[in-house]
Amino acid sequence: MTLITTPNLDDHDGFYAELLAAHRGLSETQGQALNAQLILILANHIGDREVLTEALELARQR
Amino acid sequence: MPYDYKPFPYVAPPGLSGPEPRHKVIIVGAGPVGLAMALDLATRGVPSVLLDDNDVVAMGSRAICWSRRSLELFTRLGIADKVLDKGETWSVGRTCHGDDEVFSFDLAAEPGQHLPPFINIQQYYIEEFLAERALADPLVDLRFRNRVIGIDQSGDGAHVTIRTPDGQYGLSADFVLACDGGRSTIRAMMDLDFEGERFDERFLIADIEMKADFPAERWFWFEPTFHDGQSALLHRQADDIYRIDLQLGWDADPEEEKKPENVIPRIEKVVGPDFELEWVSVYTFQCRRLRDFVHDRVIFLGDSAHVVSPFGARGANSGLQDVDNLGWKLAAVLAGRAPRGLLDSYNRERVAAADEDIRHSTRATRFMTPSPGMERLFRDQVLALAGKTEFARGWVNSGRLSAPCIYASTGADDPMLPAATRPGAVVPDVPQGNGWLLNRLGTDAALLAVNCAVPGGLDLPVVEMQVNALVRERFLGDAPGALYLVRPDQVVAARWITADARTVSSAVRAMWEGRE
Ligand SMILES: Cc1cc2nc3c(=O)[nH]c(=O)nc-3n(C[C@H](O)[C@H](O)[C@H](O)COP(=O)(O)OP(=O)(O)OC[C@H]3O[C@@H](n4cnc5c(N)ncnc54)[C@H](O)[C@@H]3O)c2cc1C
Repeated sequence: MTLITTPNLDDHDGFYAELLAAHRGLSETQGQALNAQLILILANHIGDREVLTEALELARQR
Repeated sequence: MPYDYKPFPYVAPPGLSGPEPRHKVIIVGAGPVGLAMALDLATRGVPSVLLDDNDVVAMGSRAICWSRRSLELFTRLGIADKVLDKGETWSVGRTCHGDDEVFSFDLAAEPGQHLPPFINIQQYYIEEFLAERALADPLVDLRFRNRVIGIDQSGDGAHVTIRTPDGQYGLSADFVLACDGGRSTIRAMMDLDFEGERFDERFLIADIEMKADFPAERWFWFEPTFHDGQSALLHRQADDIYRIDLQLGWDADPEEEKKPENVIPRIEKVVGPDFELEWVSVYTFQCRRLRDFVHDRVIFLGDSAHVVSPFGARGANSGLQDVDNLGWKLAAVLAGRAPRGLLDSYNRERVAAADEDIRHSTRATRFMTPSPGMERLFRDQVLALAGKTEFARGWVNSGRLSAPCIYASTGADDPMLPAATRPGAVVPDVPQGNGWLLNRLGTDAALLAVNCAVPGGLDLPVVEMQVNALVRERFLGDAPGALYLVRPDQVVAARWITADARTVSSAVRAMWEGRE
């Protein structure tokens, strides 16, 4: 499997709002902690090392 | 009762009074690696001179956890019974965050092994047992208080200069094996660089004696309340001695921290007041290796070739695997049974193994001592997640314990056979009759025949395997039968479901040539 970079998530607007809502009321440190946990949880869920590497590469691109 | 460091006798070497004949092998350094190397070569009929600058076994806190693979080597070298008798076997490790256990593991879960996954015993005992054997072995010429102070090699030999209490002398040999430890003088004299990472973190390592009934388990704490925010490790050893490692931080002053008035209160917080301090040191660690372990006629093994942080017990255990890997190759080259090129395979395989050890140890050390910022953030969040989900427990890294490296191999293979015994892997032990497979394999290569006929005309010891459930699981999988070509270090060289004599012979040739 390779990283999906075409639209793949139904209701992405809804997810985006939920993500922001999850951060509401958190300090910057707490927000970073939440993000870190989220990354770890999603990585485990994806469960595909190659996809994760590709995702990291994409995120590092400027 | 503290260990009694009895000095070994120094005897003036013959080389002081006249030139000695050229030796086959000179081993520099009688630590666990040099001692095991001399004994391993002796089991193959190769004599060696073993030089050590000191006359006592390892002082202070050094290796305590010895792996099953090391015990398998100790069995061959004749000290396993003593080690098993004296040591504390363990298989359970517990990892805590704060004061709560986040998870535990049990390495014994794998059935059908007669040796424990790990045994804890102080390095000075291992060296004592090995030295006793070496002193009794006519093929090992062990010389204490012989310090190597010079080395050079010409086309056909290597030469060392040695300092003794009675003056200097020189020796020549076909090969010099540098087993002179992390601060190797040979490495320095040959101007070789050590590459890798150092960690800016100090650890207080203490051995204490106490009568307690802490179980023989590995206990690791991240951020325990008894040691404000840093990590701690507790391990039981022989003779009611416990090892405690406490992370101190980089700012700590080693001399200050070693003072009993500073050490004792720290340890009291972990185990209470009833203990005697046996030894305290403050260490910083590094994960580094030589670029190459073979330099013509000088070959590096153990800490002189590679060093790691101790979390994972990969130092001495890895050095002993160097011995396992080199012994048969060097003996074969010296006997003219194999070309010199076979030694390149020692370099290739053990450099790769060192990289694996360094990778694991670096990751573990980083996890335990993250740098500030993102590294710290992710570390803390893995720990936080480990309290609430199962997957993150496996991510918590307090050291990934030493396991034999699986060498890269292009030896013949069949996809029907189980992955665990693929070419490059050490043969797993299995029950055979009243005994065990590994004890039946000698010091030579062998062909294991599992439920199949052996092709005729091969000049190789054959072990006809008794097929039981474990043999079926580890050697056959769904295949009806199989042939395994096993190297003298018990690593699978090639395997087939069926093969004719020509196919096997060409694999045997590739093995002695050290082809990948
Ligand atoms: C705190 C701590 C905990 C550890 N825990 C573990 C563990 O649990 N498991 C594990 O596997 N490893 C562990 N290790 C690592 C282990 O101690 C080393 O990997 C091991 O000692 C390496 O053995 P060696 O024979 O290569 O070198 P050394 O043990 O250092 O021996 C080298 C020998 O060479 C001699 N020598 C040096 N220079 C010369 C010279 N010029 N001439 C003659 N002789 C010379 C020295 O006197 C010494 O006897 C630990 C280390 C530390 C510090």
